[in-house]
Amino acid sequence: MKKPVLGLVLGGVLGIFDGLSALLSAPEVAPEIVGIVIGSTIKGLIAGVLIGYFSHRVKSLALGILFGLGIGGLLAFLVAALQNAHYWEIMLPGSLVGVIVGYATQTYGKSRI
Amino acid sequence: MTWLSDSTVSRLRDVADWPDFAATKYELLEKAGLGGMASVYIAQDKDLDRRVAVKVIHTPVADPEIQQRMLAEARIIARLEHPGILPIHDMGSLPDGRVFYVMKLVHGLRLDRFMDKTPLLPDRLSVFLKICDAVAFAHSQGVIHRDLKPANVMIGDFGEVLVIDWGLAKAPGAETLESVVMGTPGYMAPEQEHGSTNTVDQRADVYSLGILLRSLLPAGGPNSLRAVAGKASAASPDGRYSTVLELAQEISRFLNGERVTAFPERLSQTAIRLVARHRTFVFLIATYLAVRLVLLLAAR
Repeated sequence: MKKPVLGLVLGGVLGIFDGLSALLSAPEVAPEIVGIVIGSTIKGLIAGVLIGYFSHRVKSLALGILFGLGIGGLLAFLVAALQNAHYWEIMLPGSLVGVIVGYATQTYGKSRI
Repeated sequence: MTWLSDSTVSRLRDVADWPDFAATKYELLEKAGLGGMASVYIAQDKDLDRRVAVKVIHTPVADPEIQQRMLAEARIIARLEHPGILPIHDMGSLPDGRVFYVMKLVHGLRLDRFMDKTPLLPDRLSVFLKICDAVAFAHSQGVIHRDLKPANVMIGDFGEVLVIDWGLAKAPGAETLESVVMGTPGYMAPEQEHGSTNTVDQRADVYSLGILLRSLLPAGGPNSLRAVAGKASAASPDGRYSTVLELAQEISRFLNGERVTAFPERLSQTAIRLVARHRTFVFLIATYLAVRLVLLLAAR
């Protein structure tokens, strides 16, 4: 599997999980869960493909993780900023998802060469 | 009158027995080893000003069979140009008719002594893979070593691994002695012990490598590697890996945290192996889940 595709798949899966976890942390959002999961999945897909593409171009575990952290944190910040709430609860797991995708795409998947 | 010590007398007697290399460009310096039919000396190559190892038949009595075996050995080694096989520089005969050949002098340790100083399994397996590489190359040239054992592997000071002593090797076109048992008990394949020289193929070396692999494993070593060693040293040649390359691939799989074909894993063993292989990824996922849990608990 190519690195951008791996990033896309991993970002998507973690995005779905991220969205569904809202049911546990904030049960009152249950009526809006579909929208939350879709939004979270799109965020995960965008982060995943960007991080995967970066790993495809740059072969460095440290830079890959750092880039993942940055992209994951930035996208999570944008989502939190839209709500202007729950910054901590959204940015911490979002950044971690970026780190995981950064590590995974640097370690696994087919590179350019 | 000055009395000579026993060791000096012994040394003088030893030197007096040394073959006469005066007519060659080699000057013998010391005896390095004694084999069944030949001795190995450290010598100085006077032309190239370097030290070399010289293998010479023990006695000046010209036994045509031994002479032929030495010549065959030298030609086999000369054919095997590979970084893992001790290279031969020269060969010739002495005035008394003894055949000799000259090899690279390796500074290092025999495999068994090296292992005493190398406790880490991946390091040992890395050496084992280099041995497999050299033997696989010999097989690709149609040569079977037939005497692989720790004493016939040298580890150089810079980590180079060299398979030595090809005196019992079987090469295509070379004459072999049918019904003669050749090899080292304990490392020799059962078909070699039966003296069926013509039916011995590369799987005899796979057998010896299996025994050698077992000797590299620490007590209580991984079951999967024990299974690999067991398959390689199966009594029947058909039960073994058919090539050294297959055996080496199994070792590489183990080193990469992949499943080895010789060891049927239970589900729990597969899970443990996969977690160990991807431990950083598993750790990151666990951290993510832990963070999620903490956030969940904090929200309540």
